[in-house]
Amino acid sequence: MSLFHVKGAEIKGISAAVPKDIISNRDYELITPEEREILIKTTGIEKRHIALHGETTGDLCYAAAEKLIADLNWKKDEIDLIVFVSQSPDYFLPATSIILQNRLGLSKTTAAFDVLLGCSGYVYGLSVIASMMATGGFRKGLLLAGDVSSAGVNEKDKSTYPLFGDCGTATALDYNRDYQLTFNLQSDGSGKDAIIMPHGGLRNPITPESLIEKEYEPGITRHMRNLWLNGMDVFNFSTREAPPNVKGLMEFAGKSLEDTDFLVMHQANLLMNETIRKKLKFPQEKTPYSLREFGNTSSASIPLTIVNSFRQNNPSSSKMVLASFGVGLSWASCYLEAGKLVTPEIVKV
Amino acid sequence: MAAMEPIGDFIEKLERELDMIEPGTLKPDVNYRSIPNWSSMYALIIVALCETEYDVAVTGEDLRKCNTVSDLYELVASRK
Repeated sequence: MSLFHVKGAEIKGISAAVPKDIISNRDYELITPEEREILIKTTGIEKRHIALHGETTGDLCYAAAEKLIADLNWKKDEIDLIVFVSQSPDYFLPATSIILQNRLGLSKTTAAFDVLLGCSGYVYGLSVIASMMATGGFRKGLLLAGDVSSAGVNEKDKSTYPLFGDCGTATALDYNRDYQLTFNLQSDGSGKDAIIMPHGGLRNPITPESLIEKEYEPGITRHMRNLWLNGMDVFNFSTREAPPNVKGLMEFAGKSLEDTDFLVMHQANLLMNETIRKKLKFPQEKTPYSLREFGNTSSASIPLTIVNSFRQNNPSSSKMVLASFGVGLSWASCYLEAGKLVTPEIVKV
Repeated sequence: MAAMEPIGDFIEKLERELDMIEPGTLKPDVNYRSIPNWSSMYALIIVALCETEYDVAVTGEDLRKCNTVSDLYELVASRK
């Protein structure tokens, strides 16, 4: 049972960086204008920021981190832990976190490593960094979470291309032994094919055949190094598993959803997210979204949604449930009570 | 099993969610895949409705075994 409290790391601020180029789903020529409107209405995704000039996840997280460190007025030599979460790292090796230790000018006494997760990555990453900081061995930590999913999707695949946007985020954590985070982490590898990039790892190494495009049905053309998504399976899984995971979390934490100020979900698509919200009987007005302008930003979606929402109205304190679900299959939720968070303007790279 | 409302109400709700189609298109014996511009997006909308309105899970496999609106209705009614 992966239900646990961690006492030791307080979230002080969150920042986000996106590529400056924007693509609109209204301009998606593979489908008719009518189909585009249905797509926008059902997914809730109108535009996405896309890395069109080779910007990497590391670049985006770097920009977010620099902004956050400056706005928090942190001294860089006090930061001694970086956890980088992504499924689109700058290199397969070495780890992007270590490259960022150097780029950010942090000391060599910094611990740095990567976590390879997507949709559930932020919550998993938070549990890892907070757990390490709870030892008392770290003063300040940075959780860097993001993805450049656009690099993996095929423009001729209407089931994936219009969904994903690119983003990198930074979350700053201070050692605080009185600050509690509660987590509920789960996994089911039998669903590995629901969201998968079939070739490129050791199981199916890249060959020339890997990059041959095939049309699987009208409007769905892709190759083996593209992202494959089975929308129906992901929908069934998420709506089945996310609500009981959140309910289990709240019961364990001894808290109620009625008293929670915000439910921040991984931004998959509006139809799926709203189905989960309704199953939890959670009010719409306390459920922020960033889908419309940014799309599904994978591991960045929860922190981006917080930043995007708090830019309009930054509360002095908030009780939040973070709920994530997706690739793996992996799902995780977190309950936290935050003080006033520093949430800078979203950086455009 | 909880009581299921009449098929007319079920169809009304389906048409409300699938608001891009002409009202009156869905009749019990209509093959729902014959809806103009049918796509996997419509399948997701139907499955979402079954979840939120009836608390019934319908998978892609279930949908493949149903042909008409009436088949869908019977499936949901049997799982309520």
